Amino acid sequence: MAFFEMTKIAIKTLLRSPATIRYPFQPAKKTPISRGHVTIDASLCISCGTCQRKCPSQAILINKEAKTWQIDRFRCVVCNSCVDTCPAKCLAMDTQYTAPVTTKGVEVVTITYVKPPKPVANGAAAGGEAKT
Amino acid sequence: MTKRIVIPFGPQHPVLPEPIHFDLVLEDERVVEALPTIGYVHRGLERLIEKREYPEYVYIVERTCGICSFIHSLTYCQGIEQIMEIEVPERAQFLRTIWSEYSRLHSHLLWLGCFADGIGFENLFMNAWRIRESILDVLEQTTGGRVIQSSCKVGGVRRDITHEKLEQMAADLATIQKEIEDLSTVFLQDDSIKHRLKKVGVLSKEDAYHLGAVGPTARGSGVAIDIRKTGYVAYGKLNVEVVTENDGDCYARCAVRARELFTSIDLIKQAIRKIPEGPIDVKVTGAPNGEYFSRSEQPRGELVHYLKGNGTKFLVRSRIRTPTLTNVPPLVKMLQGCELADVPAIILTIDPCIGCMER
Amino acid sequence: MKIEEQTTTPIDVGKLIGRVEQFRSGGYRLVQINATKVGDLYEINYSFDKDYKFENIRITIPIEMEVPSISGMYWGAFVYENEMHDLFGIQVKGINIDYKGNLIKTTIRYPFGAGAVVKGEKP
Repeated sequence: MAFFEMTKIAIKTLLRSPATIRYPFQPAKKTPISRGHVTIDASLCISCGTCQRKCPSQAILINKEAKTWQIDRFRCVVCNSCVDTCPAKCLAMDTQYTAPVTTKGVEVVTITYVKPPKPVANGAAAGGEAKT
Repeated sequence: MTKRIVIPFGPQHPVLPEPIHFDLVLEDERVVEALPTIGYVHRGLERLIEKREYPEYVYIVERTCGICSFIHSLTYCQGIEQIMEIEVPERAQFLRTIWSEYSRLHSHLLWLGCFADGIGFENLFMNAWRIRESILDVLEQTTGGRVIQSSCKVGGVRRDITHEKLEQMAADLATIQKEIEDLSTVFLQDDSIKHRLKKVGVLSKEDAYHLGAVGPTARGSGVAIDIRKTGYVAYGKLNVEVVTENDGDCYARCAVRARELFTSIDLIKQAIRKIPEGPIDVKVTGAPNGEYFSRSEQPRGELVHYLKGNGTKFLVRSRIRTPTLTNVPPLVKMLQGCELADVPAIILTIDPCIGCMER
Repeated sequence: MKIEEQTTTPIDVGKLIGRVEQFRSGGYRLVQINATKVGDLYEINYSFDKDYKFENIRITIPIEMEVPSISGMYWGAFVYENEMHDLFGIQVKGINIDYKGNLIKTTIRYPFGAGAVVKGEKP
């Protein structure tokens, strides 16, 4: 037989601290593996185009001749697919969400990767390590 | 001779979480007929199968719905694995079960809150969602996303949970269970809720079975259908209890969902006790060639994914039949003969998830 | 590990109503109806279930052929048949609640079937 059950719950919540976070004055809750936005280390990218092919919302575009990697932040759904499949491990997931902006646009990053020269083979040793 | 008027309900209405439209034919205050119209959020997701390769299509499938998203990706991956005859490691099956049951807890708490809000009990709505926050925290700590988990892939799962984290989850469930007990006592015993919900929107057992009701809509009328009994993922190794009530009214469906919260907590504890060590995925090569109907139990009922492949990386057909689509005819039957003021409560009681009904 | 046995039986359009009657009197419930476009033909699957035993029957038709509705036996089938008509253009005769193409309104008629348009993709 229930007796003033809801009153008990209401009084308990009245005496507790608030369950909400006063965002943006207090920062949002984040864990180390939260998915916020994609970041790239431009010195490691080898322009293979895997991230462009695997992106389910087609947010990434790579231009090999102009050496640019661009991402449309508003098409990206932070699914982590590009981070998982990048063979050069240059993409990473940051925990902060994309900040709001007033105009839509794409973010362009210049790729600064320089292919290391092949070391000269001495004698009959196996050839150099091409980094691809 | 009573005059008949037609009143439109929806697609914008304060109780509806998602847009659906009904034309209600009334005689005085009693609803004589109801005609649903859908199609407000149709996105045509099934056509994207021609453009996205089958491993990437998981991300499309899990974004069909925000509440039941993990089980969509699980059913799709299971379908592809059955066509290609891939054996998923046992640890991955148990992890999928644990995340499915957390999804079910989250969905039922969300529904309890929205239902309380729909009948005007805002304090209860806020309390149900406060408990839901602790469930979402666990999902974010283990997968990285609160509502879209992105942790299922063809061949296994993408993330592992450490042993210490599993122990901590089991310990936290004891606190959550105490809070859910207090909450469900209010839902089941409070006089004002009983007054609103008893004998409203009655669906008989015969009607429920033959009109195609599934999930808590069917189990509230005494039809014991629960796809978890077929033993997909790790349910074959756990003890699944099917919760049914016999009255068939809104109170019975609410009671089924409140009691299912406890069976979910019990299943998670069983799975954490029995989970084996081992790898979490297998390598997948090749493309699916064949077809399969993959079935699973979403919080709202039976979900069916029909997948057909022809040996290339792009599937031929992916058809998603969600439980809300098959619960619409019983809803039309329930609305015949009810009062106008009860219509919002009855529509909410089938747990309408229109986003995944119309993909 | 196979989860469950699923049987698919192809049948003739003329025998559809008789077979569905057998399912109805056998106590099966309707799970779903769906259509797939294979070349110029359409395959329509009707799925039934009883005690977790899953059975499926299939008819294959060209677009001009009319399909009889099973909503006389399964009242809830009108949702699937109207949706099949609106998305694929399959003519179903005798539905108990016939929306005549207004259940799902799209800009292009029959978007999954004859009216299917492949748009160029934006980068």
